[in-house]
Amino acid sequence: MSTQRVPLKSYGRMKEIMTMYYMGAKMAEGTDQKLAWITSGAPVELLYAMDVIPLYPENHAAMAGASRMADALCEAAEDRGFCRDLCSYARTDLGAIFTGTSPIGGLPRPDFLLCCNNICGTVTKWYQELQRIWDVPLIFIDAPYQYGMDDEPHAVDYMTAQMEEAMEAIAAATGKPFNRDKFEEVLDLSERAAALWRQVQGLLAHRPAPMNSFDTFIHLGPIVTLRGTQICIDYYEQLLAELHERVADGIAAVPGEKHRLGWDNLAIWHKIKELSTRFGERGAALVVSTYPESFCYQAPDIYGGDRLRRFAATYIGGYINHGLEYRERDLASMVEKFHLDGFVMHSNRSCRAYSFGQYELARRLEEKHGIPTLMLEADMNDTRTWSDEQANTRIDAFLESLDARK
Amino acid sequence: MSGEALYAGVDAGSATTKAVLTDAAGAVRGSAVVPSGARLADAAARALDAALHAAGAARGDVARLVATGYGREKVPGSDRAVTEITCHARGVASVFPGARGVVDIGGQDSKAIALENGAVRRFEMNDKCAAGTGRFLEVMARTLEIPLAEFGPRALRSADPAKLSSTCTVFAESEVISLLAQDRAVEDILAGVCRAVAGRAGSLAARVRVQPPCVMTGGVALNSGVVRFLEEALGLPLELPEFPQTMGALGAALIAAETAAART
Repeated sequence: MSTQRVPLKSYGRMKEIMTMYYMGAKMAEGTDQKLAWITSGAPVELLYAMDVIPLYPENHAAMAGASRMADALCEAAEDRGFCRDLCSYARTDLGAIFTGTSPIGGLPRPDFLLCCNNICGTVTKWYQELQRIWDVPLIFIDAPYQYGMDDEPHAVDYMTAQMEEAMEAIAAATGKPFNRDKFEEVLDLSERAAALWRQVQGLLAHRPAPMNSFDTFIHLGPIVTLRGTQICIDYYEQLLAELHERVADGIAAVPGEKHRLGWDNLAIWHKIKELSTRFGERGAALVVSTYPESFCYQAPDIYGGDRLRRFAATYIGGYINHGLEYRERDLASMVEKFHLDGFVMHSNRSCRAYSFGQYELARRLEEKHGIPTLMLEADMNDTRTWSDEQANTRIDAFLESLDARK
Repeated sequence: MSGEALYAGVDAGSATTKAVLTDAAGAVRGSAVVPSGARLADAAARALDAALHAAGAARGDVARLVATGYGREKVPGSDRAVTEITCHARGVASVFPGARGVVDIGGQDSKAIALENGAVRRFEMNDKCAAGTGRFLEVMARTLEIPLAEFGPRALRSADPAKLSSTCTVFAESEVISLLAQDRAVEDILAGVCRAVAGRAGSLAARVRVQPPCVMTGGVALNSGVVRFLEEALGLPLELPEFPQTMGALGAALIAAETAAART
């Protein structure tokens, strides 16, 4: 078995796809091609059904974070009066608009906005701000928070009605009737992509894991931005094939894998490489995360073939729109499926909706499921909340305590 | 050179650097505490040499050295770096074999550890803030012109501890100055400061759910005022080691001796 880390071959193709996607969008600016800005959890299939190019301020902000541009952009937003306690994705993107700078020179101007509050409440106000800045239509989908284990039927009714309304609104924004046939095709493509992404995640249950969650965070790009296109499917088929090969050849993401860990919350984009190295050098592989898992969620098939209802249910489902009992069940099933020794909780200063309840979940994981947790206080983009030495001591001490348990 | 193999633990902390030497059986043969200053490697060397001097030994007698503390990766001659969490737990478990909790308040950090059979079960550390640490006490001692050694005993004389509302070292300093301006007794202010530090550490301890017997370590354990208020906050008595500052270095030395034994 190799002791060197073997990089994923598919990485190059992914970079190519993402570059093409952003170039395509940049070139479309000012043409008849419609562009919409969309939140990460919103039903993008509605846009692809109408040949609208979706652009994700959140993904854009993550790129700025990974390339360490986020602090300056956040400060630009703070200079305009946006509070430092506001989500750093919002501040990064607003800063990019105000300064016209970002890793790709800013996102192209949107023709309209599509916002769904199934990921947090912040996006509601953030997109209202974008509406004021760009003076374009804002289409808003209100996803009721799900406190229980199963999706409430009235919530599914409410979401379904809003999906119908969103179709009409997108038709009005694009000046053509909503294409239901194309929507069905896009749904097929989207479901296939989600299934492939799920299979990719599932392969990480293998010992040793052929890829780790730090890689998964990077390979999220296509499933977020291109879900509902053939390119997305082709990419994950390629990645899946490579992972099968790695499993067959015994190639581990972390050679000498000793500890298997889960990760909760978004990546810490500005430290992703350092963290990957630190955990990896100490034999710890991150093999599952609630974050990439969110993008392969599909509501159970209990709607008697009514695809729109199931589609609507999918968009109120997912980890982050659910209460503690649901989250605990998800975490516990990850512990079992992925043979975890511990869980890392990124307590993310920017993302209250995600970080809420982590201490309680940590307590339950330990007391009910025997899984120790590490709480890492940080922020996905804003490096000003980070201290290398403090984080490193916590990580090292946590891994030492796992060593002692073995 | 005595010729007997010794095992060294060097705890490179933010305020002080500690060294402990043990023999192969884990008996302490020498120890030292020196100020860390700006040059970490020098402080580590000074601490080690002072401990060797106390043990009547020389550098060549050190068979293995484990470094811990914030400067653990930078200690010259170290065979291995281990975090202060693991080392404090190890040190405490050797002195108090049945201990189930550790509250450590050092120069710039504080931590709480829940132990199970001598091993770390859970831990919490203070986050990016000097409030609730030794540095906080040092700043307050300077502001009030009180030697650190008198801090605790004088705080314990207060019948009416002042309430400090700020949890930030810098802002608490100005709060203390305003209390002085209001002619509050120095003892009351000292007691208020001790209670503030204890409150911070107490909440860390509550998060890891420490159980008795619980041991307090770190330089702040030398402050009887903080100890008393921390006992109140936790609702349990604290065991105090004879040398609370060197528990981490002791743990490191014991780990050095154990890993050396495991190799031979």
